[in-house]
Amino acid sequence: MADQVLDAKGLNCPLPILKAKKALNAMPTGSTLEIQATDPGSVKDFEAFCRATGNEMVEQNNDGKVFNFVIRHTG
Amino acid sequence: MSAEANTKSMSMIVTKGTLDWAYPPFILATTAAAMGVEVNMFFTFYGLGLLKKDLDLKVNTLGNPAMEMPMGGHHVAMPNLLAAMPGMTGITTSMMKDLMKKKGVASVEELRELAIEAEVNMVACQMTMDLFEYSLDDMIEGPQLGGAATFIEMATKSDINLYI
Repeated sequence: MADQVLDAKGLNCPLPILKAKKALNAMPTGSTLEIQATDPGSVKDFEAFCRATGNEMVEQNNDGKVFNFVIRHTG
Repeated sequence: MSAEANTKSMSMIVTKGTLDWAYPPFILATTAAAMGVEVNMFFTFYGLGLLKKDLDLKVNTLGNPAMEMPMGGHHVAMPNLLAAMPGMTGITTSMMKDLMKKKGVASVEELRELAIEAEVNMVACQMTMDLFEYSLDDMIEGPQLGGAATFIEMATKSDINLYI
């Protein structure tokens, strides 16, 4: 279970990334954020976001409709 | 934002002020800022309108045959003659805004707010301000005035330079 959950369902690029960044900023280092998105483009985007910012992608999965990402705030 | 030596930076020239073309600069600016990139935006000519306090952005398909709107499973382009009729700019703008809302696309106002929040550095072109008789009172708070040399200095220090 992540420390915090961000519901980004229904939001389109770049809002899931922007809202995730905002949430991570307010969270202590080491804590985890789960993001739920429906934008299929968010898969590649969150991977790129993590590589560029040094945050760790702990887990990602999807049921074909909702894409879940768990990111550890390390960046 | 950190002032580390390895911080990447991006500068862009923003020249267009229609509803559709307002998106690329603000989407890229906010996303880059979220990814730890320092961002400079230089607003000139019609792009300057994106700094106005009240944004009333519009779009028209006139002269843009590539602009098709999804409609009942099809894509419909508007003939230029029809797009030139009085009132069509308003209709096309409403259609575009409705579509964006339906698809969860942020408004330009929201993206601009997020850009300001992310401390994106905004510069308004002094020459265009004079040319179109704008004053800083017409604009949101934050942008500084500058000219071509201001942009070139930013550009020479930037990892990414875009002209939009």
